[in-house]
Parts: sequence; C-alpha cells; structure tokens
Amino acid sequence: MTTAPIDDKTYGELREIAARYPEPRSGLLPMLHLVQSVQGRITPEGIEACAAVLDISAAEVSGVATFYTMYKRHPVGDYHVGVCTNTLCAVMGGDEILARLKEHLDIGNDEVAPQRQGDTRTVSLEHIECNAACDFAPVVMVNWEFMDNQTPDSAVQMVEALRTGNEVSSTRGPTLCTWREAERVLAGFPDGRVDDGPTAGEASLAGLQIARERGWSAPDPATVPVPAESKEGDA
Amino acid sequence: MTQLTPVLTDMWDVEQGWKLKPYEAKGGYAALDVAFGMAPDDVIGAVKDSGLRGRGGAGFPTGMKWSFIPQDNPKPKYLVVNADESEPGTCKDIPLMMGNPHVLVEGVIISSYAIRANKAFIYIRGEVLHVIRRVQAAVDEAYAAGHLGKDIHGSGYDLDVVVHAGAGAYICGEETALLEGLEGRRGQPRLRPPFPAVAGLYASPTVINNVESVASVPAIVKNGAAWFASMGTEKSKGHGIFSLSGHVTRPGQYEAPLGITLRELLDLAGGIREGHRLKFWTPGGSSTPLLTAEHLDIPLDFEGVGSVGSMLGTRALQIFDETVCVVRAVLRWTEFYKHESCGKCTPCREGTWWLVQALDRLENGSIDEQGGAELVDQLLDQCDNILGRSFCALGDGATSPISSSVMYFRDEYLAHLRHGGCPFDPARSTVWAGQEVTA
Repeated sequence: MTTAPIDDKTYGELREIAARYPEPRSGLLPMLHLVQSVQGRITPEGIEACAAVLDISAAEVSGVATFYTMYKRHPVGDYHVGVCTNTLCAVMGGDEILARLKEHLDIGNDEVAPQRQGDTRTVSLEHIECNAACDFAPVVMVNWEFMDNQTPDSAVQMVEALRTGNEVSSTRGPTLCTWREAERVLAGFPDGRVDDGPTAGEASLAGLQIARERGWSAPDPATVPVPAESKEGDA
Repeated sequence: MTQLTPVLTDMWDVEQGWKLKPYEAKGGYAALDVAFGMAPDDVIGAVKDSGLRGRGGAGFPTGMKWSFIPQDNPKPKYLVVNADESEPGTCKDIPLMMGNPHVLVEGVIISSYAIRANKAFIYIRGEVLHVIRRVQAAVDEAYAAGHLGKDIHGSGYDLDVVVHAGAGAYICGEETALLEGLEGRRGQPRLRPPFPAVAGLYASPTVINNVESVASVPAIVKNGAAWFASMGTEKSKGHGIFSLSGHVTRPGQYEAPLGITLRELLDLAGGIREGHRLKFWTPGGSSTPLLTAEHLDIPLDFEGVGSVGSMLGTRALQIFDETVCVVRAVLRWTEFYKHESCGKCTPCREGTWWLVQALDRLENGSIDEQGGAELVDQLLDQCDNILGRSFCALGDGATSPISSSVMYFRDEYLAHLRHGGCPFDPARSTVWAGQEVTA
C-alpha cells in the first residue's frame, strides 16, 4: 500500500479539524485519524504535520499517538479484523474465533496476512477489548464496523471474501469500506453511508418486541398525579 | 410482574428511526420549546425533582451536578457527553446512538441550555464507526432544521455541537481522562478537586454526563418530573436500559423501571440457555463485584445492588452458566485492566500486572496446592493494596471481580490446583457448544 504525501489538501483538512474547537489542540485525536487515512499509519511525517499545524512539539504529538490503541505505527490491512476476546465474548466463542483466524491466516496478533496471488485486498488481525455489543456475542469488528454473532466458520468465510475483493456488509451497517476510508470518517469527514443498515439489530430489539406484544409502555403522562408541592411552571 | 417501559428504545423499531423526520413525527424536539419557555434554573430544578441519577455507572444526581456549575464564573461553560462506552458488558449507549441519535441531540440542547453552555461536545469512542456516522448526521440534520446554531427556535439561545471520535482507550470513560483526550492529550485522569464543574474542559466549568442520562432529559422536560419519578424505586427513579448478555436465551436490551430484578428480566429473556443454570453474573459491568443465583431477587437499583456488596453500575448484566470457569473469566478481565491501566499511578500500573501473574498461575495450576492457597490470599492482599489507593476508579474496578470471585468461589480456585490446571472445557461455554461435530 502506497503512502501518499501530506499535501496542501491534507494540511487544509488538518487545519479545518483544529478550527472546530475553541482550542486547536483539541483536534489532535481526529487529526491523527486523518493522518492514518492518508498515510495508512502514524508516520513521522504525519506527526510533524500535526505538530506544525498545532504549534506544539513532535514529541508531544508522538506522546499522544502512542497512548491510544487505534493509532498504528505499522501498516494494517485494507480490512483490519478485530476479534473481541474480553471475557464475555471470549467465553461465548471469541477465543475459538481468534485461534481459527490466526491459524487460517497464519499470522500472530496485530499482523497483516500475506497477500496471496489473486488476492486484491489485505487483512490484518488483532484481538480487541469489549466493543459494546455484548448482546451480539461473539463479536468481530472489521474496520470498526459490527460483525455480530460470528462463528469460527463465518469469520473464515468473511476474511476470504474480503481478501478476494468481494463485498461484505456489516450486520448492522453498510458495505465495509477500507480501513483508510473508515479513518477519514473518524476524522469527521462523513462518507454518505449513514443511511445503510437497520435502525437496530435483532438483540437490541429483544425488550421492545416484548413490550409491543404485551402492550407495555411507559406511563401516560396524563395519568400521573401531579405532586402537591409542584410549583407552577414546572413542566 | 414489572412491565418494561420503552422510552429511549421506543424509536428503535421505527423505519430509519435515526433520521429527523421519524423522530419529529413521534414528538421529537417538542421538548425544546417547553425548555425554552422555562428559566434555565427551572430546567435544572425539574431534572432534580425527577430524581434522575447518572446512567454512566456512578449514579450521581444529574440535576445536582448541573447546579454545581458556578454561574458567576465569567468563563464559558461546556457540556461534554461521555459516549466512550467501554466498560466490559456495557452495550446500551451504542445501540441508543445508532437507533435514536436525535434524542441525544435534543437532550444535549436542553442540558446545555440549563447550564448555560453555548458549546457542547459528544465524545464517542472511535471503535464504533457506524454509530459515529449516525450521530454526525443527526447533528447535521439538527443544524439544518434550526434545532442547533444561532437563536434556536427563536429563543435567542445559541448552541454549537462538535462530534469527537476517540482513539481507543478505556480510561477515557473516566471523566477527567476524557477531558484530557478532548484537549488532545494522553488520556490520564486529573487530580480532583478541582472538579470539572469548577475547572473542567479548558479549566472552565464543565458538566460531563453519560449518553443515557442526557437522552433521558427531553422526556423529563416534556412529560414532567413527576412522570419520570413515577417509575423506579424510592431513591432510584425512572427508566433505564438493562443489557442482558451471555448465557441467556434472548440476550438484548430491556428498558425497564429501576428496581426490576434479574429473575424478572431472565423470565422475559427466556431464561438461562436451555439445559444450564446460572452460576455468576455482573450487575453493572466487570468493575462491579460478581453476584450469584442467590441474588436473583434483589431490586436492580442503586440501593438494592449496593446492599449485597456490589454496584448497579451500567446495568450491564453479563450472565454466565455453570460451564464457565470463574478463574478464566476473572483472569481475562484482569488482563483487560492491565492493558487499559493508563500508567499514571503505581498501585494500578504495577498492581494490575501482578494480579495477572498470580491469576495466570492459578488458572493454569502451575503451583502446588498449599502454595496456591497462599497465592489466593496474596491475591486478596494485592487487591487490598490497589483498592482505594489508586488515582482513579480503574484500579478499584480491577479488584472487584477478583475479591468477589474468591468470596463466592474460593473452592473453585483451589480445584485448579488439585486438578493441575483448569478443570473446565471452554468449548462447552461457546454459543455453538454441542452444535458442531468435531471429528
């Protein structure tokens, strides 16, 4: 994967991010996401660019870039696959999924699988911490999109589809974009995919469906007695 | 039988429920005009009267938090929404922002108006791309419709909202670490006092509220404090989203009055998966001490869960059946705390590392029985040296699963030593256990 230089357009966008905030340095996290979208990782050039825009030292930027796990100092694949192995997902099968993917891709944690002849895209693999989708366990994230309710087999099929250039959709979102495209959205530049996917996944609706079936709802405000001490003007 | 009370989740089965039109069709943004018709202090009063307590885990009264903002301070005031949902087991704010982002935006506007902030930030963890898209779009739509920007609804009130993506750090759920992240720094907690209400973002008065807390505000303003307080228990008012995960028949989100019990929730969720029984559970994420089947009937409110030595936390009910090794579960959580320790203070940075060493030896049975029994005591001693001695709550949280699991399952720790390793088969715990033929 080529590394594009940080050109005038990117400098302009870095300044645009900083300008969203009362104090420009607040833009640093999204600025580093933008660096990743342009250069595929956090590069020395990207660190210098952020430092120049914010008028802080490269060491200060570097200190931030090394603190957060989403910033990568080495290249990742076009599709970065994260398997949740925090306790709940691990127990529900995440450990097996990660083991199978490591074996299938023949790589260790946080590595990029070699591109085979005929592969049009690359994948990398990482174990991740809880991604707030425990009711869909075991959960796999690809470029930070939800792939819910995975099995070892479904995960292998998914990475094969990704490597060979087939479209794969998130179970609760759009067709997967590349890691660099995802990083651009995180930098605050929307990609127009917002209206893909459902309002909620099946597990999210578990309680609501029961409430609908049984005619349950929150109390009708008209039937709630007004407390005696309520002052006029209280809504 | 406690009935479910969908309020925040009520949009989730609406076609394209994340968009402005469906939200407005259900009465969305009507609470704004009610709020603008009130003095800001009266909005704070209504939220106080409602009894709303923070939904991010700590349960601090939201209206009281707002009233701590010194209005005579000439600096700008800020509202920061903590959307860094990362506590293991917690999975309510993510679907809420995906399915109903406008209720959050409307809550942000009313909350900002109440504390007299003209700039608000929504800090969303970076690892949830589609959720960030939905919130970005909701903010854009709200601007275009005149719900954000200058002179909102002709009220004379101005508000700008910035959606900010984090970059992967559990510690940024801690409110002062979040502020560091939002100021473009390493996410390490700040010494308190001063509290953020006095010196928060850019050393200015700042309110930091959880997503669900802020999203609960529009309905309180529209329907009245008494309406909200008519749900829940005496000191834990209102509705809350309960997240069931793990070995239940229908895991998912169940919005109910505070005080519902796990027995009732399990009934709704079809019970523990077929052929198995409840072994242990977390009431509010991995940082809340484990509970067991003897706690099925405690009211899930701040007082009820506190009375049995745990915490309501984020109502993240992770359910584990008898196939799960408690030592394996606790070791994995401990590895998580070690990984996420920010390194600022010694008890947490060094302590979580030592906890992993001890738990790993116990889980793998690489120690004799007598040495192991001593190691369990040493483990508790290590916890004692971390709990209350760390800079922030991360260190405290790291000790919760350990101390509680030793309290309820000491024999299981010792069984690892007699067995020379873990006596459990992890394959039996998986979703597909018994379904896949292994040759």
